[in-house]
Amino acid sequence: MAVQAGSADDTRAVAKKDKQDAGQMSQRQLMFRRFKQSKLAVFGLIVLFLMYLMAAFSSFLAPYDYDAIDSSSSYKAPTKVVWAGGPAVCGEVQTLDEVNLEWKYANDCTKTYPIQFFNRSYPYKLFGLIPTNIHLFGVPQQPADANAVPTEGQARPAKLYLLGGDKEGRDVFSRMLQGSRVSLTVGLVGVIFATVLGSILGTASGYFGGAIDNVMQRVIELIGSIPTIPLWAALAAALPGNISVVRRYFFITLILSLIAWTGLARQVRGKVLSYRTADYTSAARAAGGSHMRVILTHMVPNAMSHIIVVAALAVPATILAETTLSFLGFGMQAPAVSWGTLLQDAQSIAVVTRYPWLLLPGVAVVLALVCYQFLGDGLRDAADPYG
Amino acid sequence: MTVESTSNVNEDEILLEVKNLKKHFPIKGGLMRRVVGEVKAVDGVNFFIKKGETLGLVGESGCGKSTTGRAILRLHEPTDGEIIFHDPKLGKVHIEELNAKDLKRVRPNMQIIFQDPFSSLDPRMTVGRIVAEPLVINNVVKGRALRDRVAELLTVVGLRPEHATRYPHAFSGGQRQRIGIARALALNPELVICDEPVSALDVSVQAQVLNLLEDLQEQFNLTYLFVAHDLSVVEHISDRVAVMYVGYLVEMADTEDLYYNPQHPYTEALLAAIPKPDPRNRHRPVRLPGDVPSPANPPTGCYFHPRCPYAQDVCVTERPPLREVVPNHWSACHFSEELNLKGVPRLNEIPVTTAPSAADANRLQVEGTEPPHSGSSNGEVTVSLQ
Ligand SMILES: Nc1ncnc2c1ncn2[C@@H]1O[C@H](COP(=O)(O)OP(=O)(O)O)[C@@H](O)[C@H]1O
Ligand code: SF4
Ligand SMILES: [Mg+2]
Repeated sequence: MAVQAGSADDTRAVAKKDKQDAGQMSQRQLMFRRFKQSKLAVFGLIVLFLMYLMAAFSSFLAPYDYDAIDSSSSYKAPTKVVWAGGPAVCGEVQTLDEVNLEWKYANDCTKTYPIQFFNRSYPYKLFGLIPTNIHLFGVPQQPADANAVPTEGQARPAKLYLLGGDKEGRDVFSRMLQGSRVSLTVGLVGVIFATVLGSILGTASGYFGGAIDNVMQRVIELIGSIPTIPLWAALAAALPGNISVVRRYFFITLILSLIAWTGLARQVRGKVLSYRTADYTSAARAAGGSHMRVILTHMVPNAMSHIIVVAALAVPATILAETTLSFLGFGMQAPAVSWGTLLQDAQSIAVVTRYPWLLLPGVAVVLALVCYQFLGDGLRDAADPYG
Repeated sequence: MTVESTSNVNEDEILLEVKNLKKHFPIKGGLMRRVVGEVKAVDGVNFFIKKGETLGLVGESGCGKSTTGRAILRLHEPTDGEIIFHDPKLGKVHIEELNAKDLKRVRPNMQIIFQDPFSSLDPRMTVGRIVAEPLVINNVVKGRALRDRVAELLTVVGLRPEHATRYPHAFSGGQRQRIGIARALALNPELVICDEPVSALDVSVQAQVLNLLEDLQEQFNLTYLFVAHDLSVVEHISDRVAVMYVGYLVEMADTEDLYYNPQHPYTEALLAAIPKPDPRNRHRPVRLPGDVPSPANPPTGCYFHPRCPYAQDVCVTERPPLREVVPNHWSACHFSEELNLKGVPRLNEIPVTTAPSAADANRLQVEGTEPPHSGSSNGEVTVSLQ
């Protein structure tokens, strides 16, 4: 063959040789490389990973049953942890204020009770499967004390309420851990539903165009024109009140995804619209490839990184939506806990000023949202460094 | 306006016939996206390609060349007309009528190379997968044989087999075009539509890719429809050239004929725009004045009349059909016979002149308002090189 494999074209190939490793990297690998360079995104990812890890091990990490009412610990301030050859809590003396008929608590640090790790306490099922009663830490109650009415004037080990107690005397720390299971996953699962729905509809809309596209666009506009919070609230309010927690959870995710898919479908449609007219699509068609094949081998893989980015950016809004709904009383309902339902306790200024630790679930929400935002921004920059 | 342009060509020699091909794109507007107009991107194109030859298809950007190529492959559904392909196995097939199943059987014989070296390769696929795709779609070979075939194809286009594991972003424009060529060759096609395969490349790389295409044509007995937006690129690769203007062929002839004896003022203008390699004749290539009219709203009569220096009243009202003005030379101009249009000078006619008068002689006629040029006057000395 008389092709000059030499000269300009090939010298470039040689020049590219030292970049060979980059040449063999797929776009996803290159994207990952760019992602790692974004400190905030990596920070967000790590924090979120820890948060999900904590949610997964919530019962193991929670020293108390999140739903155990203890009237003697109502609005209990965060327990002071002291050092006595190891972390420990002080004793606590309960006295009755005869004038106001109120229990008063006083710390008696002359006697300390060490915090025990891998402590045995209330039973639970790890991952809903493995029955156990081991918790990461806790302060053993004296067996006799466990259910007994506290005796006046007698010191007993203080309950280890790291983040204080709520009105019913439940441990806010344990409740936040429990609530994270709903709050961190409702948004994620909702976005996953929305992503599947939005990707399918957006791809069909962008690839086939015509009437399908027309109808889809109008539906999206219609949904977009309704204010989201009232729509969510109306849909959630339509749920029967007596359904199980799991059912309710499922329906709430559906309601959230019902609105989240539209943004995704729009984005995917736009991308597919540009891939559809790309010459590689024509090449595949010219070689006899079916529409389905073109969609599965060219449209979807190309749109995938974009889909992931848009989905990641949609999670915080959905988490916030669940929190808002639950806060307003339309979302998850007792006995289920989520950060939103926990924040219901912090609805009155009077309560918040006196017991500021009740606002801590809000801090958790903000942390999760910020981390998701960092993550989404990092993914977006990595996927589209010039966009 | 159908032209029997194949009149004096033997049926057996023909690979592709295009008759009165039309592709109109709807223009949609309003909330309900109603059709409010049409872009007549291709509007009645007639030509044929003989086996093993290269037909150049030339015209400014937006003239409908790509749309013609894509309509032939049914990448755009043609609005009207006939596309008759002489398939080696299936015989004469009407591409425009084929159902999906039959189309899939014919498609391997008609492939395409694209203009844009970036959009033509899927950035998520390795070069190996890109080149293998046509083979996989048609289930031609599998496994090791597939890998061997890909390696062979890459070698054939001047790349190395180990390039198969890399992604397109690691390659230069010229190399990417080679990958696209390898993909087009994978199924051993008869006809390859080259849609401006070198337009996006550096001049130095253009020649390499053109050489490659010529070598491959010889090696694999390929027939090319070679699209270009100026006449300089197609000159040495084409056996015949068709000139297109706003969805319509205005001239078609053997390459030499067309270059030396253009019969249409548009061709003359395109020829004047070719950069001259002759050092004594050096001048800036002249861009054609005016713009290509929009195919959504073309002029009346002869579409070229707003830009034509020879336009008469009749040109504004009557559209000239493509007709055989000299044997094997078709032109769509009312005045092809009367006009004495200027082509490129034959080598032995290149005037030896001093610089100023050379510049004078090269004044672009299209721009001037003077009457048709009558041969070489201007006191040039014509030397015979023989
Ligand atoms: N898919 C399409 N929809 C609407 N108009 C199109 C489409 N493709 C091409 N056109 C129009 O058709 C005309 C011819 O385009 P094209 O065939 O790409 O020209 P060329 O290849 O000669 O530059 C242009 O005016 C272009 O805007
Ligand atoms: S028909 Fe008239 S306007 Fe058209 S190219 Fe010929 S002379 Fe020019
Ligand atoms: Mg084009």
